[in-house]
Amino acid sequence: MSNLTSVMPSNSSARTKRFIIKALEYFALLLATFIALLPLVSSFMISFKTAEEYGSTNAMTPPVNWLNFGNYVQVWNDGDMPRAFLTSGGVVVVVVAVSVMMGSMLAYVLNRFRFPGNNLIRNMFMIATLIPGIAMQVTTYQIMKDLGFLNSIVGYAILMSGTDVISIYIFLQYFENLDVALDESAVLEGCTYFGVFFKILLPLTKPAIITVAVLKGVGVYNEYYNANLYLQSNSWRTISTALYSFSGPFKSSYNIICAGVLLTLIPSLIIFLFFQKQVYAGLASGSVKG
Amino acid sequence: MTTLAKPIQPDLRKKKINWQKVAVITLFAAVPMFLLILFTYVPFVKMIQFSFYNMSYTKNKGFVGLDNYLRIFTKSEYVDAMLLSLYYMAGAVVQLALALFFASILSLEKIRGAGVFKAAMFFPFLVNGIAIGYIFKFFFTRGFVLDSVLQAIGFPLDSLPYWLRDQSINNWSLVFTSVWKYCGQNMVLFIGAIASIDPTLYEAATIDGANRWQQFKAIILPGIKTVFMLNLILSITGSLSAFEPAYVVGSMGANGTATFFIKIHQMAHVTGKVGQACAMAMVLMALILIFTAGQRLFFRYVMKDSDNTFNAKSNKAKALW
Repeated sequence: MSNLTSVMPSNSSARTKRFIIKALEYFALLLATFIALLPLVSSFMISFKTAEEYGSTNAMTPPVNWLNFGNYVQVWNDGDMPRAFLTSGGVVVVVVAVSVMMGSMLAYVLNRFRFPGNNLIRNMFMIATLIPGIAMQVTTYQIMKDLGFLNSIVGYAILMSGTDVISIYIFLQYFENLDVALDESAVLEGCTYFGVFFKILLPLTKPAIITVAVLKGVGVYNEYYNANLYLQSNSWRTISTALYSFSGPFKSSYNIICAGVLLTLIPSLIIFLFFQKQVYAGLASGSVKG
Repeated sequence: MTTLAKPIQPDLRKKKINWQKVAVITLFAAVPMFLLILFTYVPFVKMIQFSFYNMSYTKNKGFVGLDNYLRIFTKSEYVDAMLLSLYYMAGAVVQLALALFFASILSLEKIRGAGVFKAAMFFPFLVNGIAIGYIFKFFFTRGFVLDSVLQAIGFPLDSLPYWLRDQSINNWSLVFTSVWKYCGQNMVLFIGAIASIDPTLYEAATIDGANRWQQFKAIILPGIKTVFMLNLILSITGSLSAFEPAYVVGSMGANGTATFFIKIHQMAHVTGKVGQACAMAMVLMALILIFTAGQRLFFRYVMKDSDNTFNAKSNKAKALW
């Protein structure tokens, strides 16, 4: 952060002007933060209200008892949430593992080997970023149907692993900055290409792995369009589809629904607090996919 | 157009086939390529093909030529749905301006708690889409969160509209949820871009007597042009294919909030007219490609930007074996 204020002329009218600008900047930031947090905080407050309290008090009145976890218990039990957390957790682990392996392996091959088709593969992935995936969901559904992947958790996990190119780009960028001398010396010592990749390079890509895992993990955890389309059966509800079904049993009991909403936010919040830097950095490198 | 890294070392060693190399390339590239073809190129080709047929997922009633396409441009409900994306585009412009404004403040000024502001504004990006749906239904409901806040600052309840029901305002309410979710993410991207600008440039500019606005125009804007363009493309293409807010907050496009994508979804999965839905998806894709190409041309020839972030880095790429 550059220190501009110190070189500014320091007569008193300029100082007043600086003070006013500073105050306006803080005001704008506080207002934006208020708007960003208001919807979340209001949901948080209502999740502690009892049904009568919800009916009789204003939405912005704090709850009488901040330790009233009744809504949380109810939504946990009646909203089928333990199962949804397990399903989503399983899908996230599998998709993240597959994406990390596929992305790093393909990036290794593309970055370290010359072979006919290297450019073709790069171009195929680049062109794929120009085709909006959302436009193709109609025919993707047909393919999933033909493969027998409707209501299949395996099919859903494969679809989620196979439709994203960002992880490949993040690894490709990372491999470009890994010195090839590492590979050369290992091969001279008799290491195979597989050995070079698994024993030497893959452990060095740890930062890229964390970035891909966090971005992909949060993305899959929050995904609901495909989950809703391909996992119609109640036994494979993910967090998103379980949330979606709340409007059935809980109708307009927003105090209970908000408790469920906040429960689903906890994993994202924890990941964000622990991996803030990787999330920010990953977004930046992911956006260069162009 | 961005191209991926090209191997640059000429292969001078003429030798027989290295089977280990063939094995590693085949094994490591086969699965991602298979999935790319299966979930991107096959649906793409099928989409083109289906768009000329009158068909459902189970029955094909024959080739109909351009009928599906003509219907899109002659029926007002489709044209109206397309025009809804203008709301989202307007929202995207506001969103980018706000994101850039806050990114500049947080990067260039000494702000106490800058990290906290950044995190608070970014977090909505990580909130589950369905959760956003509930949060904002609650937020916008008559007499609830938004109305309470507006009443507290002096607006009588009678003067306030029904945010989600009133057709003159409900699309703006949905656009607001989209801005709420994505503004912080855009801001983080801008902060990253601003951080990569050489800080000595500001010092030099300050010594030359440039004021804050001049610095912004002469140093920051050129420095973040590539990221700005990417954000712009993502926002505009996002606007064209907007569906999340209308699908979740707007109860699947009720009350005149059905965007073009929601129409496609309903056409395929509710009405079962897959051929028609594919033609609509083709139109959506064509619009997105036109906008993307238009922006790239604009930036390349009008702004003289060569969009070479990826290439600049890839010059370091080495083909070893």
